[in-house]
Amino acid sequence: MTVEEIMSVSTDYREDNQIKAFRFGRGRKSAAIVGAMRGNEYQQLYICSLLIHTLERIEERGAIVAGKEIMVIPSLNAHSANIGKKYWGKDNSDINRQFPGNEQGEPTSRIAAKVLSVASEYSYGIQFPSFYLEGEFIPHVRMFATGKENSSLATQFGMPYVVIAKPRAFDMSTLNYNLQMNGRNAFSIYTSTTVNIDEALAGQAVSAVLRFLTRMGIIRYQLHPGYIATVLGDKELVNVKSPASGVLHKCCHINQEVERGDILAEILNPYDGSVISDIIAPFDGIIFFANTEPLAFENSAVFKLIKKLHA
Amino acid sequence: MIETVVKVKLPVDETLRIKKNRLTPDVMHGNEPRLAIVSGIHGDEVGGQYICYELIRRIKQDYASLKGIVDVYPAINPVGLDIAKRESPFTDVDMNTCFPGSEGGSIDEYIASQVVKDMEGANVCVDVHSSSIYLKELPQVRMNDRDVDKVLSYAYCLNTDLIWVHPSNTVKEGSLSYALNNIGVKTMVIEAGVALKIYHDYCNKLIDGIFCLMKNMGIWSGETISFKQALVVTDSNIAYINCETSGIFVAELEHGTKVNKGDVIGRIVKVITGAVEEVLTSPCDGLVFSLREYPLVEEGSLIARIAKC
Ligand SMILES: [Zn+2]
Repeated sequence: MTVEEIMSVSTDYREDNQIKAFRFGRGRKSAAIVGAMRGNEYQQLYICSLLIHTLERIEERGAIVAGKEIMVIPSLNAHSANIGKKYWGKDNSDINRQFPGNEQGEPTSRIAAKVLSVASEYSYGIQFPSFYLEGEFIPHVRMFATGKENSSLATQFGMPYVVIAKPRAFDMSTLNYNLQMNGRNAFSIYTSTTVNIDEALAGQAVSAVLRFLTRMGIIRYQLHPGYIATVLGDKELVNVKSPASGVLHKCCHINQEVERGDILAEILNPYDGSVISDIIAPFDGIIFFANTEPLAFENSAVFKLIKKLHA
Repeated sequence: MIETVVKVKLPVDETLRIKKNRLTPDVMHGNEPRLAIVSGIHGDEVGGQYICYELIRRIKQDYASLKGIVDVYPAINPVGLDIAKRESPFTDVDMNTCFPGSEGGSIDEYIASQVVKDMEGANVCVDVHSSSIYLKELPQVRMNDRDVDKVLSYAYCLNTDLIWVHPSNTVKEGSLSYALNNIGVKTMVIEAGVALKIYHDYCNKLIDGIFCLMKNMGIWSGETISFKQALVVTDSNIAYINCETSGIFVAELEHGTKVNKGDVIGRIVKVITGAVEEVLTSPCDGLVFSLREYPLVEEGSLIARIAKC
């Protein structure tokens, strides 16, 4: 393992914000793994630490395939991680909205440009982003539908689902979208939590990455084969919104199969606890995402359901 | 007439309302041109609050001159304004990345979709911003390269020093401006001043400009100023000055001044050593239209933008 500082940003009142790359093996730049971009992505940081720890052991055993190199960048924003702040401290900008970035631009734009250029040297890009909605979902691999995505590669992680999502306006300034536009295969691994560390889910994410690296011939590692992934498009993942605002009382959990007409949640009056309204399953499906916030807003998504396609 | 455009019941005993004031002539013929003035997408920008107030006040003072419809939407992010927060307080997301929005996404996307629905059918829209807390901006119009042919003639009316054609954040995909131009509402963005402050001189200039725009559209028959010819710039004639050290920025010139190549813009000084770390000079002749307002800087912080002229 080698450790290199690929970039640092100075400020007058703290030590430099250093961005470090941990490299394993030597030769063809095969896989770049990028962890926490936001300061509150502790789960993502933790996953990277587990990965670095395991890759170190794998390298010691001589099980990194000759001529292959793996890079892990565990955090882009140590400064914000130390104070629990989501975005960049000085200007509140979001690094994962700055890509492709500009080397002569503002601090987070410079970070984006540097990380994109370093990661683009590798054939595969893997990132652990956090979701823009607060909630839990079935762990999955996500790729943007750019016309350059390779969904069968994404199934090699052995995670239960692969989601191919049409990029929205703000997705176009993410690392993975830009890696894909640079002709790389870029995968986002979603593991449900962000601020809190979930050991089991972190372990699953690490296994998924090691499985992928094994199947791509980058490392040799024994693992159970994981899931045969189901590939979902935007049409099969449908938002279910709340008809009312109030306290969210869920009656179901992720991964649960539901039938049309089932009550997914009750919306309660915050003062007297009476039921204002129910959120009803609009079709047969599986709960893919469930909001975990205590309150629900009318007309806003609370669940995402996988729409069952009947034969 | 004050109308509620979007209503979202919040979970605990409160309803969020986005309002507009629709100003119409006393006698309507049914084919009046319609202008939308929007502000407060970013809750820390307050220049637009004064502009909306003063615009409504002046129209009310001379209703007879009003020949079309003016819809004023002062607060698209009302809760953000209430707590001086730039982003949506519900999701921490910049609302100006959520347009055209959707029904059934996040609360921001829902609000965005309803706002766009209400503005559909307007001929022209001006989205008023006041920069961020970091940079002070000369009054300027911004538009996406894509929309120049459709909106440039209106932009001239707005009486700004500058028209900047560039896909910057406030006019790129996801912004209100981009979404409205997609549905035929000719939309441009004004940036002026600095967040959390009102510069009355800048605002009054822009209000004069909005009346010129109204006259151009056939909405206003009253007296207007003759607007000044703005400088139209694209990225090829803008110099960006970023600092390469961290410290305190001490400006050596006033915002809005003309500089010559080599003129000192300011210095980055180090507090603990008492030393000057960096002297920033202009790489060209031009107009300093953006200047660092918040003095603490780090490597890469934007210090100034200069329009070559
Ligand atoms: Zn703004």
